[in-house]
Amino acid sequence: MKLSPSLERFINWVEGEDVFPVPEAKPVPRARKAPARRRRKTGAPFFRPGKTLPVVYDMIAVIVCITVILTLLITVSWLPRFGGETNPHLNEVYARYIESGLDEAGAVNTVAGMILDYRAFDTLGESNVLFIAVCSVLILLRADRKEKDGSLNIPELQIPWSAPSEDPVFRASAYILVPATALFGIYVVLNGHLSAGGGFSGGAVIGASMILYVNAFGWEKMDRFFTYNTYKWIMFFSLITYTVLKTWSFYTGANGIESGIPLGNPGAILSSGLILPLNICVGLVVACTMYSFYALFRKGGIGNGK
Amino acid sequence: MNLAVAFLLGFLIVCAAAVALTKNLLAAVLIQMGYSTIMSVIWLLLESPDLAITEAAVGAGVTSILFFVALLRIGAIARARKEERKK
Repeated sequence: MKLSPSLERFINWVEGEDVFPVPEAKPVPRARKAPARRRRKTGAPFFRPGKTLPVVYDMIAVIVCITVILTLLITVSWLPRFGGETNPHLNEVYARYIESGLDEAGAVNTVAGMILDYRAFDTLGESNVLFIAVCSVLILLRADRKEKDGSLNIPELQIPWSAPSEDPVFRASAYILVPATALFGIYVVLNGHLSAGGGFSGGAVIGASMILYVNAFGWEKMDRFFTYNTYKWIMFFSLITYTVLKTWSFYTGANGIESGIPLGNPGAILSSGLILPLNICVGLVVACTMYSFYALFRKGGIGNGK
Repeated sequence: MNLAVAFLLGFLIVCAAAVALTKNLLAAVLIQMGYSTIMSVIWLLLESPDLAITEAAVGAGVTSILFFVALLRIGAIARARKEERKK
């Protein structure tokens, strides 16, 4: 199919090739010397940057700093006391969460019930923001060059620590810490609705364990189970699952239909409706985000290329 | 506001001032890591365990590691002498 030239040019531009010709540099005419500035008629010299003493700048900086610090401190001193009885946030919303949180959301952890049941749309927006952040970092930091046959080549940057670590203390401690940390992270994600934690904290811990693994054992071993395709599909499926599950919940809730999601016994693992699957989705997104930030910073690409 | 919380908050103020005033970038990142750890303890004392876990994992964990990698990329960390002896 023959494409129109402007469409071809657009496609070439999207793929990173130069489509706009750089114009020839024209010789710049020599500028005439500017006339000397005259002082104002009142006789007072006006503020000339570059000719004022540096002491003035320092004084202004200190005064601005002190003003900002005092303003913030005075504002903070007007805040109500921690845990006071007449705090303005103790209204009917708070009463509803405390009294009916366990019955309506089914979660023993009221915070998890709040962020994944009452305000699940905000959490979807937050996962979306994580995804957008990773996309921006990918655009900025991914170092890829196209080979002759069109496949991507992600070069190893000239950093001597791309190989598995040779430090025996580090490797021995990583042998113990990586499975322990990963297991703890999975525990925090799965118990989000029962005890403290949830998707975000658990995902961060799992991401940290992946970073430790790749530091201790090298990129080749990481590539055995976590390539760029894995990362892409995990992010995609987690977000899509979250959206589909919550769409069902919103649809039935807005139209007054029974949603048919079992709440279960509060206190059991398989309880509280949709909170467990949503925690898993959020945990996977956060873990992939943390690891991908590290890989992009360190190496310029997730996985070993191609 | 008992003595323990007041002591930890004073430590936070000292950490914050030290991060701003130190000239060595590596030291600044390490002090920032300590700040996040103490902040995680304070979150626990303010009765928010979710925030404590997240702050410990993210602040004292992943963000500090990302800072270190950024410093590595700009050459602000001295490379290990073992690697240089190999070359």
